[in-house]
Amino acid sequence: MTIASSMPERAADPTGAAVVPKMLRRQRIAEAFVAWSLAGPALVLLVTMFFLPVFAVFAIALTDWQFGATTLSFIGMANFREVLADEGFRASFANTIFYVVIVVPGTIVLGLAIALLIESGKSCRAFYRAIHFLPFMATLTAMAIAWEALLHPTIGLVNQTLAGLGLPTANWLRDENTVLPVLAIIGIWQNLGYAMVLFLAGLKSIPQDLYDAADIDGADLWFDRLRTVTLPMLGPVTMFVFIVVALKAFETFDTVQVLTQGGPGHASEMLLYTLYRESFEYLRTGYGASVAVVFLFIVVALTLIQARVMDKKVHYQ
Amino acid sequence: MSTSATHGLGSPAAITRHAILLITGALILIPFVWMVSLSIKPPGEIFHASFSFWPKQFYGIENYTKALTEAPLPRYMLNGVFVCTMIVAAQVLVCAPAAYALAKLEFPGKNLLFAMVLIALILPHEVLSLPLFILGYQIGVLNTYAALVFPYVVSPFGIFLFRQFFKTIPDDVIHAARLDGLSELAIVWRIMVPMALPAIIAFGIFSVVGHWNSLFWPLIAVRDQNLMPPPLGIMAFKNEEAGNDYGPLMAASTIVVAPLIIAFLSAQRWFVEGLTGGAVK
Repeated sequence: MTIASSMPERAADPTGAAVVPKMLRRQRIAEAFVAWSLAGPALVLLVTMFFLPVFAVFAIALTDWQFGATTLSFIGMANFREVLADEGFRASFANTIFYVVIVVPGTIVLGLAIALLIESGKSCRAFYRAIHFLPFMATLTAMAIAWEALLHPTIGLVNQTLAGLGLPTANWLRDENTVLPVLAIIGIWQNLGYAMVLFLAGLKSIPQDLYDAADIDGADLWFDRLRTVTLPMLGPVTMFVFIVVALKAFETFDTVQVLTQGGPGHASEMLLYTLYRESFEYLRTGYGASVAVVFLFIVVALTLIQARVMDKKVHYQ
Repeated sequence: MSTSATHGLGSPAAITRHAILLITGALILIPFVWMVSLSIKPPGEIFHASFSFWPKQFYGIENYTKALTEAPLPRYMLNGVFVCTMIVAAQVLVCAPAAYALAKLEFPGKNLLFAMVLIALILPHEVLSLPLFILGYQIGVLNTYAALVFPYVVSPFGIFLFRQFFKTIPDDVIHAARLDGLSELAIVWRIMVPMALPAIIAFGIFSVVGHWNSLFWPLIAVRDQNLMPPPLGIMAFKNEEAGNDYGPLMAASTIVVAPLIIAFLSAQRWFVEGLTGGAVK
């Protein structure tokens, strides 16, 4: 709606400015002026805080500039070649993929299972939902410190329990074979409540008629209804959760920074940590910007897939 | 799934449901429980490993006193409250008028502006951190409160969310307001924002949770301990003083986590809406 739309002429005359009466035209200009003055601050800030920085990242990635240096020269793709050839970056990339490949299915399967269990009964729904959602909003930096205590090689609850059961213990965060899976478990712990809540919303939107129809078709068992109605209807939500959790997993930083600093060696280094360390600790600005560009491509690709999935989701509504 | 098998507390299916959910719930809560448990134990009991939650000798007062006095923890908390308040206030101030223009006005460039909002929505903030750091350096705000706030004064998600909500408000309301002689800006603040209060609150929660918990940008933007928000502060506390002094460290962690947990438990619906509402839309 518009200020001018209270005038009936406007709707009847979509052909353009040339035939619009003078008064109406002035009104349109006035409306445009008001609109731009309302949106102006947001526009200026969007450009300064988002668009110029994105261009700057690309530009910096093509130079040998280091923060604080007064000179710089254009070096083309040299930073990217260096990044891709760098063992540290390769390890970081491989670790991130490994981490995402554990966290995403783990979060989806557990989140879905818990959502199905909660939804399958009437009692204590809010209580169970609250408990499982808690880690998602608890400050991860602080909770990482709690996890460190749990995983402590001698006094941690995990090793105590394992030793009590006669099972082998480990120095979880200092052993290159265990550190990444442990971080992944923390990632699942943190995100599964989020997946659960999204699945609960998805379950609520499945019409009861479909279950009634399945009953008539002879899907008497809980498992039959799950297979024939629930899971197919959750398809779009699942795809959506998949992307959102993948994005969160790719953006893992806090646990690496607090618990491992990428170590031991490069065993737990992940993309965002590499980006931070190269840019702000080693001040390798061009290199850091190249890592940022690689990271940006991954995130944008995932988001575009999500946008396509959300378009398809319409079929089910 | 309302069949006879799942009805009633006594049925085997219902018992299984409760059993499994109580077990997974307990597993989820272990880090919280262990954190609180260590925060009330004396060093001797912490290092003399035991499974009991409750200490033989209650040491909570000592640990919490140490956490609150050895590190400027109250200062960190106040910094967090101040920074989050400033960010949310700025975001609502900037986003609501823009969202109103996008939802209810016609103007050239409207589609372009909305496209810019959608593109900004995709960009992960960490990617922008390097140029934003340089920008902060150029305008001389690094290592001040302004450094913690300025990258977030506009929220593409806020504009998007408010626009969706404003669109559902009937045009007649706005016509009436115009006939009453309200300016467009007055319509935003006296009509649209009050009517969109649920969306504003949901967004506020989303924003506060995100910024209270965020470590990445504060780590880059401030060095001065007096400016640190809670996550950065507690990391500094861990690295400098507390190291292996688990009692006070766990007490500090508990204090940092507590406000959001308490707020969440007392307003669950709002939090779930705020933290997932945007995702579902």
